[in-house]
Amino acid sequence: MTIGILIQIAQTLLAVLLAPLLMGWVNQCRAWLQGRSAPPILQPYRTLIKLFHKDAIVAHGATPLLRFAPYVFFGCMALAAGIVPMVANDLPFSPAADVIALVGVFALARVFMALAAMDIGTSFGTLGARREMLVAFLAEPALLMVVFTASFVANSTQLTTIVEALAHRAFAIYPSLAFAGVAFWMVAMAENARIPVDNPTTHLELTMIHEAMILEYSGRHLALIEWAVALKLFTYSALGLALFMPWGIAETGNFAAMPLAVLALLVKLAAGGFALATIETFLAKWRLFRVPEFLGTAFLLGVLAMLVHLLLEV
Amino acid sequence: MSQSLYLQVVNLLSALLLLIAFAMLSQRRVVGLITLFAWQGLALALSTTIVAYSTGQHHLYYSAALTVGLKVIAMPWFFFRLIRQLDAHREVETLFNVPTTMLVGIVLVVFAFNLAQPISQMSGTVTRSILGIAMASVLLSFLMMITRTKAIPQVIGFLAMENGLFLAATSATYGMPLVVELGVALDVLVGVLILGIFFFHIRETFDSLDLKHMESLKER
Amino acid sequence: MNLSSPHPVNVAWGIALFLVAIAALSPFLRLRRRVLLRALMPAGALAALALAGAGFAGLTGETSALALPLGLPDLPFRLRLDALSGFFLVLLGGAAFGVGVFANGYMRNLDDTTLALYCLWYHLFLAGMALVLLANDAYAFMVAWEMMALSSYFLVTTNHVIPGVRRAGFLYLLIAHVGAVALLLCFGVLQGGHGAYTFDYMRGAELTPFWASVAFLLALFGFGAKAGLVPLHVWLPEAHPAAPSPVSAVMSGIMLKTAIYGLLRVSFDLLNMQLAWWGVLALGLGLVTALYGVVFAAVQSDMKRLLAWSSIENIGILVAGFGLTLIFHADGKGALAAIALTATLYHAINHAFFKGLLFVGTGAVLHATGQRNLGRLGGVMRSMPWVAWLTLVGVLAIAGLPPLNGFVSEWLLLQAFLMTPALSQSFVNMLIPVAAGTIALAGALAAYVMVKFYGVIFLGQHRDPKLAQAHDASGAERLGMLWLAAGCVALGLMPVQVIELLAPVTELLIGQSLPNAGSWLYLAPVNADRASYSPLVFLLVVTAVTLLAFVLVRRLYHGRVRHADPWDCGFPEQTPRMQDTAEGFGQPIRQIFVSFMRVERDTPDPFDRHPHYSGASLDKLWFGIYEPIARLAGWLSDQAGRLQHGRIHWYLIYSFVTLIFLLAFAR
Repeated sequence: MTIGILIQIAQTLLAVLLAPLLMGWVNQCRAWLQGRSAPPILQPYRTLIKLFHKDAIVAHGATPLLRFAPYVFFGCMALAAGIVPMVANDLPFSPAADVIALVGVFALARVFMALAAMDIGTSFGTLGARREMLVAFLAEPALLMVVFTASFVANSTQLTTIVEALAHRAFAIYPSLAFAGVAFWMVAMAENARIPVDNPTTHLELTMIHEAMILEYSGRHLALIEWAVALKLFTYSALGLALFMPWGIAETGNFAAMPLAVLALLVKLAAGGFALATIETFLAKWRLFRVPEFLGTAFLLGVLAMLVHLLLEV
Repeated sequence: MSQSLYLQVVNLLSALLLLIAFAMLSQRRVVGLITLFAWQGLALALSTTIVAYSTGQHHLYYSAALTVGLKVIAMPWFFFRLIRQLDAHREVETLFNVPTTMLVGIVLVVFAFNLAQPISQMSGTVTRSILGIAMASVLLSFLMMITRTKAIPQVIGFLAMENGLFLAATSATYGMPLVVELGVALDVLVGVLILGIFFFHIRETFDSLDLKHMESLKER
Repeated sequence: MNLSSPHPVNVAWGIALFLVAIAALSPFLRLRRRVLLRALMPAGALAALALAGAGFAGLTGETSALALPLGLPDLPFRLRLDALSGFFLVLLGGAAFGVGVFANGYMRNLDDTTLALYCLWYHLFLAGMALVLLANDAYAFMVAWEMMALSSYFLVTTNHVIPGVRRAGFLYLLIAHVGAVALLLCFGVLQGGHGAYTFDYMRGAELTPFWASVAFLLALFGFGAKAGLVPLHVWLPEAHPAAPSPVSAVMSGIMLKTAIYGLLRVSFDLLNMQLAWWGVLALGLGLVTALYGVVFAAVQSDMKRLLAWSSIENIGILVAGFGLTLIFHADGKGALAAIALTATLYHAINHAFFKGLLFVGTGAVLHATGQRNLGRLGGVMRSMPWVAWLTLVGVLAIAGLPPLNGFVSEWLLLQAFLMTPALSQSFVNMLIPVAAGTIALAGALAAYVMVKFYGVIFLGQHRDPKLAQAHDASGAERLGMLWLAAGCVALGLMPVQVIELLAPVTELLIGQSLPNAGSWLYLAPVNADRASYSPLVFLLVVTAVTLLAFVLVRRLYHGRVRHADPWDCGFPEQTPRMQDTAEGFGQPIRQIFVSFMRVERDTPDPFDRHPHYSGASLDKLWFGIYEPIARLAGWLSDQAGRLQHGRIHWYLIYSFVTLIFLLAFAR
């Protein structure tokens, strides 16, 4: 049990510390693919340190909610990173929150950020909050459908059990996961404010979603948000890997496999980051009202995945 | 490889076929539609090959080869040439509310799966659970034909429907007799060629491939 | 009767009588406000709490019954308190206590007559609901049901000088009575032609599947009208905004649940069989209601109307859970039925608390600002921090966010969906993923609605300069809200204990209770490997991580803060009118779900110097179903009106013809 707690803490710390690196890697890959000279891979860390050193500027009339929300956001994302098996499958915290609760954690963080964005009452903040919730209300059920498919396959909503079932049981091909995988990719793009839905590097206010929400933040608050965003990308990637490519995650009690598991995680994340950058390079951002169509499709694919499971795999 | 693994791969391929059917339903561009159609043919051919290999039904090899030859290579190539000649490769269709169409698609899938359940229980093949997917793809292709107004997408919908029927035949009875399959393939080929000629005539008459102009042919 | 330990049913009956007595006294104390406010209303709130205590005793203890020497000769009122009634009494008392305490502060500004009348009808309303839950024969049930309906009608029309309020009240009364007629017929079918209207007799009656189905459909219609099931929901968005806020809180939080109680009572207790297609029907209706309600909630710009639509959504979820229970139960899957039923009951009590909290929260805002229109509110958190922070608890709970209570019931319901591949009917099996998707969609939309609700009212800048002077809630109001918020938190953090308390109810209805495979800390419905959830651990960890982040940032860096004008991309002239409005926030939903509603918009002319924009998203069902019926009724009464001429001869001829007719045929 104590070892389990240690592994739990170590894995969460690993995620928290590595998350900006993944962000840097994706930015670098994208720059390469677009023929630009890439920023250093450690640039996100430098940005974070710079922001932490700066004074925080808070608008007049802001309520405590505004200053409180970045911490909640960061806390939720760290918690989510603790639930998803990345390296080891031996997570004592995992029974406290299953995969539905994981979706709930993302929702909690999002609601706090949206409320904080509305706190000062600027035009862009409220606009960003509205758009974020628009994306979320379709992405969240789609994500639920994806994890439901996985839990149908594994007969459990515990992520550790799902990984156990998919990675360590006899190898089997699940057609339903093909549908779920496509849906998950669509949701992950939307939830992490990536390109067909939102542009993470945009400077055009009217097209922003996530960036519009955090316009009023600066200094340490902004640093926490940026870090949490990186952590969210990391957690989503890890979740995708755990659901669709779980091979390599160490079994419960198998400590010898841990170094290999870390290596496997890094390789998979690097490949995933490269894939993300490639997709972003090839796609253009869509009009806002194409987004419901995109996510509606993801949602229906998720439902379809469950139906296919019932037909082919029961 | 064990028998069950073959079955799983066939299941996966047929699920991909259904996935592509849904993608076709929401694809706006003609070029994308043709590419998807080619991929669907490839998935069908692969699954037919695997069924042929795992069950030793040799005539299925021929039908797989036929599928590759006709639906993956010949027809897409023909269509690509056609749209280049018709200058329709930039054509984008305004679709009626994609999520609604998809929702109808889901309803059709539920319907098809339920319809197929009793039939597949009668069938003795190992691939019988695919029957539901095959029926669903047939219905989805039909739905695609209904929602389209342009000529080429309608023909592609028709061909995709034929893909679904092929899959149904393979899964329920390990394929139709070879003579029938050859006949169907020939029919389809001739049909597409004739339709290709029709496209030119339609465009000459109406200056467009939009089928809603056909309404003006109605006698009063 | 043993006085040292009286039966819970006697206690509950006594409290109901006490409430009636309070109601009866209040008109006489019209001019003595202090007595009304300091004695009668607190006594009413305490009586509600005592009712919860009696319910608790009934929930955990033995079933007790009572026959009262009241009513018609040979037709006494029979009361009974079993686990189901007990649970709903706990719900009633727990939520009504908080609302009652709040109302004590809220109602101070009413004039004497209105206050006395309010006190009269409110306590009659509570007593009526308690008697509905206690009734053990159809006669007592219908009397209590009417008492509840009539008293709530008078409460809705408290501000009867406003024509819109009278119209809302009339609509409410009309649909309540259409529903009551269906219930009357339902009981008629249930007694099977033997003339015995006690529930004890009905439990033993053997109905054929046809008549059982007829009874079920009548019950679904009758209770659906009370609960606001689509398409019988039209009265809800009218009546809730019209009523004073504590009344809306009780009506939405508690009265709608009496309909759920009735559905459970009739389908599982009184009927001798349960058919799977009933469940499919209820599930389908529930899902439609849930989605319909939440979509309309998203496009509202009146805060109480928004909450009313959200109540429709929650009723939909409850009925869907009820339908799922029926499906499982009819299929012989006891454990799954237990999960679905537990989720339904859990959601019922959750909704009583968070919806009560939100309604009284809007009441406090309405009281302080005089505004119900979201377009004129904003930034209220700065002047009313107590109300704002307490309402935030309700908002997070109703949005289904962990670790509060809304999440627990949603979690349980989704778990019930996830275990379905075991069903024997493949068709139903295939519907389940679609149903789970709809529930998930409704839940996510609820979060959207709540961000809109909270953000537009409490956050941002004041849309009206007067809002800066809004006063925070008074002591009693705060206390009431605190109680309800504490209920939300407690129900969220202690699911294992709550589910243990629900066990007698599920045991009574479906003969099985939900086993908890986890410990006192971990909720695990089937086995711990399959699914588990521990809100307490969750809360502790999330708080610890958040605090750790806070401390570390402060320690390693600094806590310097500078204040400045909002940045907003450097735009210098920010006015409150540039914030997103309620209409703006609902616009994406309106655009996506436009086929559900009839949108009426009035856009200004570009040359208009004083442009005015108005838009409304109206319920299509109103125009599709109710208006044709109203027109038909109007036409029929016009036809009947032709008989009337004002000439006495004609009336005499009518009487004469009738007489001849009767003499000819009634030989």
